Amino acid sequence: MKRYSIFAVAREAMRYHAGWERAWRSPAPKKRYKVVVVGAGGHGLATAYYLGKVHGITDVAVIEKGWLGGGNTGRNTTIIRSNYLQDPSAAIYEKARALYENLSQDLNYNIMFSPRGLLMLGQTEHEVRGYQRTVHANALQGIETRWIGPQEVKKIVPILNIDGPRYPVLGALYQERGGTARHDAVAWGYARACSAMGMDIIQQCDVTGIRRDGNRVQGVSTTKGEIDCDQLALVVAGHSSVLAEKAGFRLPIESVALQAWVSEPIKPCMDVVVMANTVHGYMSQSDKGEMVIGGGTDGYNNYTQRGSWHHVEETTRALVETFPIISRLKMLRQWGGIVDMTGDRSPILSKTPVEGIFVNCGWGTGGFKAIPGSGYAMAELIARGQSPLADAFGLERFREGRFIDESVAAGVAH
Amino acid sequence: MLSLTCPCCGITAEETEFHPGGEAHLKRFGPGSSDDDFEGYLFGRKNPKGVHFERWRHSHGCGKWFLVARCTATLEVFASYSAQTTTPPVDVIKAIKAKRPDWEGYA
Repeated sequence: MKRYSIFAVAREAMRYHAGWERAWRSPAPKKRYKVVVVGAGGHGLATAYYLGKVHGITDVAVIEKGWLGGGNTGRNTTIIRSNYLQDPSAAIYEKARALYENLSQDLNYNIMFSPRGLLMLGQTEHEVRGYQRTVHANALQGIETRWIGPQEVKKIVPILNIDGPRYPVLGALYQERGGTARHDAVAWGYARACSAMGMDIIQQCDVTGIRRDGNRVQGVSTTKGEIDCDQLALVVAGHSSVLAEKAGFRLPIESVALQAWVSEPIKPCMDVVVMANTVHGYMSQSDKGEMVIGGGTDGYNNYTQRGSWHHVEETTRALVETFPIISRLKMLRQWGGIVDMTGDRSPILSKTPVEGIFVNCGWGTGGFKAIPGSGYAMAELIARGQSPLADAFGLERFREGRFIDESVAAGVAH
Repeated sequence: MLSLTCPCCGITAEETEFHPGGEAHLKRFGPGSSDDDFEGYLFGRKNPKGVHFERWRHSHGCGKWFLVARCTATLEVFASYSAQTTTPPVDVIKAIKAKRPDWEGYA
């Protein structure tokens, strides 16, 4: 791998940019790997990367039925934060956020991490109490967040209407080191680094079956042939249930559509991420100037990567009330992704009933921000059979009633 | 936007008039059952990519629960039918088979 640097840019400028090599190789699959990761999204690639970097396991293939980063990695609203209430979630999301801080240098690939700050608005007394509790919890967890009043909110976000008739802004949970990153670059950067370590990234390779020898995984059958492996990691978000069924077990997952959309580009007007969970919408401004907007999930099972229009209407209506200046904006694009929701809205990083198969799924609506931490914990789980960060996220928690109850506790967006 | 027909009052309306209620035909395991059965009943879901049987409530209408057979890969609705059944009725199975000959059937 040739390193990217200012000298490389200067060198290539002298020779018509003819010397740039492909960021990653696209080899034919080998017959056998030590570890096969299914799913070349952010989580799958990060899993492979930390397997190599931290644990020295580079006999790895990452196989992907579509194209790299073409699922939820390319469909989210790129928000990064770690202001969670429960200790296990705070730990893994903060690990991820901390890794994001230096990820560009680590990968030698500019992922455009922008810790611009993130506000979660408190718009009801209940929400205010909830967020103040989160601030106290974060202080104990070593995560830097604070509660700020409405005037400071207005100072940070001048375009915000804090005196809304229905839901006035009573304050906000502020994480200054939260922000955004370029989502595609995260996948590309990890892919490039994995390929440089000698791992094979195999795109357009659909897994058609999972082969077992008794209760032990043997390998996968794919559209590009049979691939054997010692260990198999399923990191496929919305399609986790489909692959689990091929492996012969069932997951506590339901797949639903989550949508996002962007406006036409406008001049810089908001340099933080704002989440308004009571009215149910969140917005940030991309580097191109588009207002990036996300809203709620549909309530019914869906694999179509299309959602219902009324969510677009509800969220846009709520945000127009919150940010009156966007009322004349035209919306440019809208898209959907299939998110994997668990019963407690917390992820699953776990061994499975089949020996050698691991799952990393259930990130639901909050996966992008977790990518480095998720990959780090998953790699440790695969390499060592145990990971402190992943311990609480095992499948057995559903049987034991040991939920990580973020869906009501932290006031997350869904 | 889904368009659903409520079999209780006969009205066809857009999905905003209804509320989804998750997988249908779950067998309830209560006190005295094994941990495996109870966990499966509470959390284990088929979540298929294809034919799905699910519960809906006509929340902004007659208020009744009913069941729908729908394809999660295309959003096509095959049939809606009474919630007073423990398995999909024969005519619903037939309607699905007519449109999805490869479907493996209800299990």
